[in-house]
Amino acid sequence: MEIARHWRLRKQRYLLPEAGEHPVGVYPIAPNGKSARSANGHGAVVTIEAEQSTALQTQVRTGTVYSYTTVLNAPADFEEQAPYVLALIKLDDGSMLTAQLTDLGEEPYIGMQVEMVTRKLRTDGDAGIIIYGYKFRPTLAVANA
Amino acid sequence: MNTSNNHNNNHADEQKGRLLRPSRQVGIVGYGAYVPRYRLPASEVARVWTGGMGGTPIHEKSVPGLDEDVVTMSIEASRNALSRAQIDPSVIRAVWVGSESHPYAVKPTSTIVGEAIGASPNILAGDWEFACKAGTEAMQAAIGLVGSSMADYALSIGMDTAQGRPGDALEYTAAAGGAAYIIGPAENSLAVFEATYSYVTDTPDFWRRAHEDYPSHGDRFTGEPAYFEHVLSAARIMLEELGAEAGDFDYAVFHQPNVKFPSRAGQMLGFTPEQIQTGLLVGEVGNVYAGSSLLGLSAILDEAKPGARILVVSYGSGAGSDAISLRTTDLVSERQNLAPRTLDYIKRRTELDYAMYSRFRGKLNK
Amino acid sequence: MRDVSIIGIGQTPVAESWEQPLREIASQAAQIALHDSGLKGIDALFVANMLAGELSRQEHLGALLAGTMGMAGIEAVRVEAADASGGAALRQAYLSIASGAIDTAMVLGVEKVTDIVGSARLSAMATSLDAEFEAEQGATPAALAALLMQRYMHEYNVPLEAFAGFSENAHFNGSLNPYAMYRNKLRPGMFAAAPAVATPVGLFDAAPDGDGAAAVVLAATDLARDLVPQPVRILASAAASDTLALHQRKDMLHLAAVTRSAQKALMQAGITNNDVDVLELHDSFTILTALALEALGYAGRGEGHTLARPEIIGLQGSRPLSTFGGLKARGHAGGATGVYQTVEIVLQLRGAAGANQVPGARIGLAQSVGGLGGTAITHILVPVE
Repeated sequence: MEIARHWRLRKQRYLLPEAGEHPVGVYPIAPNGKSARSANGHGAVVTIEAEQSTALQTQVRTGTVYSYTTVLNAPADFEEQAPYVLALIKLDDGSMLTAQLTDLGEEPYIGMQVEMVTRKLRTDGDAGIIIYGYKFRPTLAVANA
Repeated sequence: MNTSNNHNNNHADEQKGRLLRPSRQVGIVGYGAYVPRYRLPASEVARVWTGGMGGTPIHEKSVPGLDEDVVTMSIEASRNALSRAQIDPSVIRAVWVGSESHPYAVKPTSTIVGEAIGASPNILAGDWEFACKAGTEAMQAAIGLVGSSMADYALSIGMDTAQGRPGDALEYTAAAGGAAYIIGPAENSLAVFEATYSYVTDTPDFWRRAHEDYPSHGDRFTGEPAYFEHVLSAARIMLEELGAEAGDFDYAVFHQPNVKFPSRAGQMLGFTPEQIQTGLLVGEVGNVYAGSSLLGLSAILDEAKPGARILVVSYGSGAGSDAISLRTTDLVSERQNLAPRTLDYIKRRTELDYAMYSRFRGKLNK
Repeated sequence: MRDVSIIGIGQTPVAESWEQPLREIASQAAQIALHDSGLKGIDALFVANMLAGELSRQEHLGALLAGTMGMAGIEAVRVEAADASGGAALRQAYLSIASGAIDTAMVLGVEKVTDIVGSARLSAMATSLDAEFEAEQGATPAALAALLMQRYMHEYNVPLEAFAGFSENAHFNGSLNPYAMYRNKLRPGMFAAAPAVATPVGLFDAAPDGDGAAAVVLAATDLARDLVPQPVRILASAAASDTLALHQRKDMLHLAAVTRSAQKALMQAGITNNDVDVLELHDSFTILTALALEALGYAGRGEGHTLARPEIIGLQGSRPLSTFGGLKARGHAGGATGVYQTVEIVLQLRGAAGANQVPGARIGLAQSVGGLGGTAITHILVPVE
């Protein structure tokens, strides 16, 4: 059963910190490959007080679809949700990441506006943990935005 | 001293003291709803199970997507609540999710939600279960935690991805959704609590044994001895002890397993259809179980003006009812539009047929 | 650094070899190559393999296969760089001889993809991607190729049919190769009409996985001249990497490792890309072929697909490609693929390619690529004069 590998990444998966941001209990590598640096400039693990992380937690991650594909042949553990759409998302801060699109009410298209949500990625079999992480959905239409 | 007099005096003191009020005034600082986008028309259930000839208790119900569960839905509702509350998540000292469909039997949903919204690690995070009133139970506990000054902010959530046995009456209505409420000091609240009251007995109208996939229910027993006994009792005691009547309220919202029960309960208590219609969502969303009355409340808060008085009466099988009375403040107008409203989620819909719904709900895996 | 040559080659047919275990197909290829070389033994064994651990629960292939070949005791190691393992092992063998440390070596590529079936095999293949930020999001090699293809089609306004020529060419050549997994020709229209694997990548776009083993024997060129009549010199050997995750690349539609590795190799060889007579590229997906041709300088940005015509990439064309079927029709035997490419170039340069012969081939380029371009290893080969 896999535990540590997922547990280590929970901050990234739930909160999607940007490069340079320091969530509580920083992890050196962000999905975009950049390292979050501590004061001494090395990619060491640093614990930051929670009060410094306000903007991070309530910030919605938004971006646009850079490319997408509907995956029909899914690897083991991902079959449950197949077919699913995998995409390259260009976040509004300029960084790029790979994530599924979800909650699609229409065909996706390059340039579609999307926002991050936290969803089930897969389970580690029937008895293992449920792995949650980021996906992106078409930005929710809000009446008085 | 005459012991019977003493008894009467003590009883009178007890009657006065039946409502639960915290030592300091607290209220709702932020709230947020979540309803998934998928819908199963009740006509689809009827098509498969009654040849389209049976009646339907509601129009359609919400269905969670393949990648959704109470954890993911609670996270989104909580993020909406945080957007409205405008507080740093680290000041939240309890994250309490009430549901009857927690993804883990052991490992609290609340631990994951707490981490995902940035509230960890200085929090309480146990899960709550009391059928459809687990959310309001969590809310009352949050009122207690904050009202006693043990903490300044606590997050309570009622959320469910309810399962209906295929072919059962409940399959028409068992739905997914709910809402999150951040409870905090009155000065920072968009709605302040007047009092709460909980009426609970051992009444087996609906239950699920540990290893069963689907719940069992008492059919017509779920009406008068269950729903109505507890909802009406809780509401009447609340009104009596507040010295209020239905007309003193602007809104009322009841637990909504279907359209008939809350409509009749409201009527029996003296509420008009206008008072209950904003919070009555079951026709379009279905019964979201532990999220039911809380989702209705979020729709009310989305449109309420300052100074609106609201009565919430939940119901959980097993059985019990929580009555909660609150009044909106000026802050409600500032915060209503800081996050998606309940109706924004309700009007976001993609229709499913019964086959796709069965796949989504995992009924084909069994 | 000494000059190094290839003096022996061997291969097994790429197929679903249900009845043969890894060590058996490996020894078959090894024995053929050894026999071809005339040597009785070798100084070192370099095994090229991607996934034996995941697929066959077998690591430690160096020791295993040296022993299987009756050569227990020699230096033996496995080299891994995803599907560039073949090129990587060849490079390590080359460097070992060129450095003077050893005189002879065998590069033995082997892969047993059929030891695992279904979605579990796809999960194993996904280990060549970024495990945390690609595979864990549901990515597979085909899905990532599809993302590149979708973007390419969007940016350059290219229809799906434009890529068909790569697969059609591969299948035509594969039909002439007795070792190829697929001997059927692709009729016009089949490519675009194929069922989707990950849109827009279809069944006739993605190279099939197959079991296979191929081997080459290397010796210092000075020794080689006395050992065999037609040694083939390794004129250049160069490797480069790129960020593993696609989303980390500044310019996703440029295979930077392909360019870097090829430029280094061409410079070592003292030639330009125009001097190359025959190419074996990593055509795991048609989009990678198009992008590789652009990265190698054979076409401008967004124009690689225009080379997908028989008069260009056919055996009689100006840039013969996938001359024995490529990954697409010969089959993709994981870590062995890079060695199959080498075997095929050697056959071309010896003039021994039979029906697959490119007339007058004197300079061959084999490029082994890992994943979606995270690793690229280029070798340039010429006959010894």
